[in-house]
Amino acid sequence: MTAALAQSPLREHTRILGVGAFRPDVIVTNEDVCQWIDSSDEWIRQRTGIVTRHRADASTSVVDMAEGAAREALAQAGIEPSQLGAVIVATVSSPYATPSAAAELAGRLGATPAPAFDLSAACAGYCYGVAQGDALVRSGMADYVLVVGSEKLSDFIDNHERTISFLLGDGAGAVVIGPSETAGIGPSIWGSDGTKSSAIGMTHSLLDLRDVALQAEEEPTGEALVAGTEAKLWPTLRQDGQTVFRWAVWEMAKVAKRTLDAAGITADDLSAFIPHQANMRIIDELAKQLKLPESVAIGRDIADAGNTSSASVPLAMHRLLKEQPELSGGLALQIGFGAGLVFGAQVVVLP
Amino acid sequence: MASNEEILSGLAEIVNEETGLAPEAVEMDKSFTDDLDIDSISMMTIVVNAEEKFDVKIPDEEIKNLKTVGDAVNFIAAAQA
Repeated sequence: MTAALAQSPLREHTRILGVGAFRPDVIVTNEDVCQWIDSSDEWIRQRTGIVTRHRADASTSVVDMAEGAAREALAQAGIEPSQLGAVIVATVSSPYATPSAAAELAGRLGATPAPAFDLSAACAGYCYGVAQGDALVRSGMADYVLVVGSEKLSDFIDNHERTISFLLGDGAGAVVIGPSETAGIGPSIWGSDGTKSSAIGMTHSLLDLRDVALQAEEEPTGEALVAGTEAKLWPTLRQDGQTVFRWAVWEMAKVAKRTLDAAGITADDLSAFIPHQANMRIIDELAKQLKLPESVAIGRDIADAGNTSSASVPLAMHRLLKEQPELSGGLALQIGFGAGLVFGAQVVVLP
Repeated sequence: MASNEEILSGLAEIVNEETGLAPEAVEMDKSFTDDLDIDSISMMTIVVNAEEKFDVKIPDEEIKNLKTVGDAVNFIAAAQA
């Protein structure tokens, strides 16, 4: 007879116990942006809703920002770092392929030996992380999970191009997920469409950069090399705005409706709608397609923070709860979407 | 299948919804950008709503060719045929 194999005991419910934010100090205005691209404050506001973006200075890293947001989320949750059963950092702008930002963060927080890993799902990264955190706690694999979205996108932009750089900001947002007596995180609706992988991404790979570096070593003064490789030095972000906008308003409205259905609620039951802060016009169009009642508070952190990729949803949640604390305990539909293309969404009870 | 008049009035409703422009202002010879002052993002929103309303596909590369309201009506009519 084989020995009885133990599996982790399941839990029924989870919820978000606390949320934290880190907003770096450097403020980049539309006037600043217009020194780099031919545009105007009015044009940028009208098409994107962005007034300022925050950017981190050279001495502030993805992990520094993650730590700031994580400490606030842990304090609000009333959870010690030693209680964490996993640390997940969603990021696309950590400058190290390895080790992970999450492992460094866990060490700094004193969460050792909690499992720690980074998650690469761009602007859907936080919602992917919440899907993971919910699953880990309900499966009994962890008691508490820290999910952080932290981005220093300013390291991967070219201020003089006009498809995406002027939209982007830096920052971090974090939540702590743990067990709950009642349902606090609805089913995650998540997915990808890799057939549109070229719609948002880097100009070229690090391998191209390596090749340039190798050539430069062999032929340090070669003019041909300089001319041929000018555009191939540091990889930066680009997007096909038209394709992305269409996908964001059309496909994401469907995903948002599926998420409400899966949670067994309607738009009328929501207290808040917290979409990825990509563009105010996308936010407005999604709100319209979802037929949100006037009473639903809408995350519009983009005006101040710009698009911070994986950090945008928790940053917007943090702002909403600070400005309207009465939303606490209400239902929020959160949805992230971006490079991949990937998307993730869930209805959550606000902490 | 909708007549050109029906497509025009449907399109005018979408434009009205997006921009607040009076539906009567949306006439066949009007340019989306020059006459109706519709920017690229509003144009994308109008396109996705038109695709849904008229059950047609308007490819990204086609959008730049839809300079006037008439161009859009004719494209939708041809796509429905």
